[in-house]
Amino acid sequence: MSEPEKLRVCALYPELMNIYADRGNLLMLRCRCEWRGIAFELSSAGIGEGIDPDGADIFYMGGGQDSDQELCAADLVEHKREALLAAAARGAIVLGVCGGYQLLGHGYQLADRTLPGIGLLDVHTVRSDGPRLTGNVAIEVDLPGAHARVLAGFENHGGRTHLGPHASPLGRVLRGHGNNGSDGYEGACQGSVIGTYLHGPLLPKNAWFADWLISSALGGAALEPLDDELEELAHASARAAAGL
Amino acid sequence: MDTLPAKLALSRAVGLAARASGRGGGTSLPGRLLLRLDPQALRRLAAQLPRGRYVISATNGKTTTAAISASILERTGRVLVRNTAGANMAGGIASTLLAATRSDGTINGDTGLFEVDEFWLDSVTEQLEPSALVLGNLFRDQLDRYGELESIASRWAQVVAGLDAGSALILNADDPLIADLGREHNAAIYFGVEDDRLALATRQHASDATHCRRCGATYLYESVYLGHLGHYRCPGCGWQRPAPVVQARDVTLHGTTAASFTLVSGQQERPVSLRLPGLYNVYNALAAAALAIACGIDLDTVTAGLEAATAAFGRAETVELAGLPIQILLIKNPAGANAILQTLVLEPGELDLLAILNDNIADGRDVSWIWDADFEPLVPHVRHVVCAGRRASELALRFKYAGLARERLTVEPELSRALDIAAGQAPGRLFALPTYTALIELRAELGRRGAVSPYWS
Repeated sequence: MSEPEKLRVCALYPELMNIYADRGNLLMLRCRCEWRGIAFELSSAGIGEGIDPDGADIFYMGGGQDSDQELCAADLVEHKREALLAAAARGAIVLGVCGGYQLLGHGYQLADRTLPGIGLLDVHTVRSDGPRLTGNVAIEVDLPGAHARVLAGFENHGGRTHLGPHASPLGRVLRGHGNNGSDGYEGACQGSVIGTYLHGPLLPKNAWFADWLISSALGGAALEPLDDELEELAHASARAAAGL
Repeated sequence: MDTLPAKLALSRAVGLAARASGRGGGTSLPGRLLLRLDPQALRRLAAQLPRGRYVISATNGKTTTAAISASILERTGRVLVRNTAGANMAGGIASTLLAATRSDGTINGDTGLFEVDEFWLDSVTEQLEPSALVLGNLFRDQLDRYGELESIASRWAQVVAGLDAGSALILNADDPLIADLGREHNAAIYFGVEDDRLALATRQHASDATHCRRCGATYLYESVYLGHLGHYRCPGCGWQRPAPVVQARDVTLHGTTAASFTLVSGQQERPVSLRLPGLYNVYNALAAAALAIACGIDLDTVTAGLEAATAAFGRAETVELAGLPIQILLIKNPAGANAILQTLVLEPGELDLLAILNDNIADGRDVSWIWDADFEPLVPHVRHVVCAGRRASELALRFKYAGLARERLTVEPELSRALDIAAGQAPGRLFALPTYTALIELRAELGRRGAVSPYWS
């Protein structure tokens, strides 16, 4: 292979869907590629902008304020759904975090209306009258090549998400609330589409998952190891905060 | 029979007992008890303050704005009843009023000056019936505790709508979320900065309020000063930054020690030398000046009060530890941290830092925000950082991904040891960047070492 490796990431609505410092995830992907000599290319798509389904290896969408999420829900359906369906169909990773996760499902039912989703994940979300599900969280995930690994993070969501038959949970809740606070599962996977409530800078707390995303997006490439002493300390700290 | 004196006495006794048991710093306990005994206690006690009740709120700068305001107001012979040390929720304010009340129920003071937590502003304002309300800024902060910014802005809009007709409303013209609150208020007094040399090239990452609350259009900025503070207009509904009557012009920032500017009020102006650093403190000074001007205080007295004001607890205050100056700069959310980091970059020479990240309830349990703060511009100025606190390693990781070389980073979660390391290797000065509970711990530790006294004494 003579082509130098390159990871292309497209951030969806980086101005609006970034409420919990989602840019930490993009920074993590960038650094961990560049430290290995893998080129990193970041593009973005905002309101009204179309996307090229072949233009990125990872599509990332974070969380936003209610009104911003509503703007993005309508825009996703109108301007981006077909391209994201095509991207997922060819195996590109689509990662939705927090509000972004909710919009990858069929919809988000609020008290008086429903925000449309794009149906990449067979999940639906309902706004609960109950308390927001907030706090440190740790889950155990099984992904190809990553058996019984822990993801640690922070969740803060008013919606309760329920999985349909075509989606699998991303992980089993070890500490925290997860999708709906009752069934013991967190997040969802369907092919190369992943959603999770572990919000904001999820990857800095779980460097192994950043590498899993990079490797998977590059077709399962083996990655050169890095000096991850601080990354491992940070992961241990996030796990400990969740009580693990 | 009015049983208020008995309730006051009981609440006071509980506070004394708590303090005697060595739980120092529990400043809100007697007030919380008093509010249980008499839910109208705030109203009844505050109503006795004849020269006015002034309420200040903001995401960032409440404590310093109140301190500067006090420095001005006290020059006019007023006797202030004022909450301190961040006791800014209902219980803390009730404790403050309780401490100022004599055993017969009368109050020792004529003017109330209260900084109020963003989330408590509606319930507390309803009872305090302020003669002036100062709203400084709204930035994203502790989303796990406060919820999102728009919901706070909506609650504040209700507060403004409920103000008495005679109450003064003092707003930051440069913060679109704050200025918007004055749109239906005939007599809002705006303050703002008029100095294009300060404008940043782009909006900072952690900027909020990108959209007009009224029509949803994206604000257009002619200049940005700090976060989303600047000169803006809405292309949708035509709303634009109101022209401020109280202004800062010709701003000069002197590192982490001072700032100077020309204070303009209507047709008058005065040069001001502030003993507080950074543009964020120029905003705090403007807020305090606008409050004083609204109270009818003359500009010479305002200027004297501004120039005499010194750093509030942990807000750019400097202490000495065995000859080593340590400047303490509270960081607690992305916009506040950015204001501090922007100011640190103005310091000449290489910087030694002790950065302390806690995740206790008062800090916000969620430490995600460190990835929203712009540490990158600081990195070229750093000689060494010791990261401490409950989430020390995550803060160290943030510095690493901002570009700081590993050998310039030490992780030591335990504060006392971290202070030893940082103080031991800092050649001439040290900057401490603690979150809120870390600030309390750091002050206590410095107190044990003879550098400062504990704040509740």
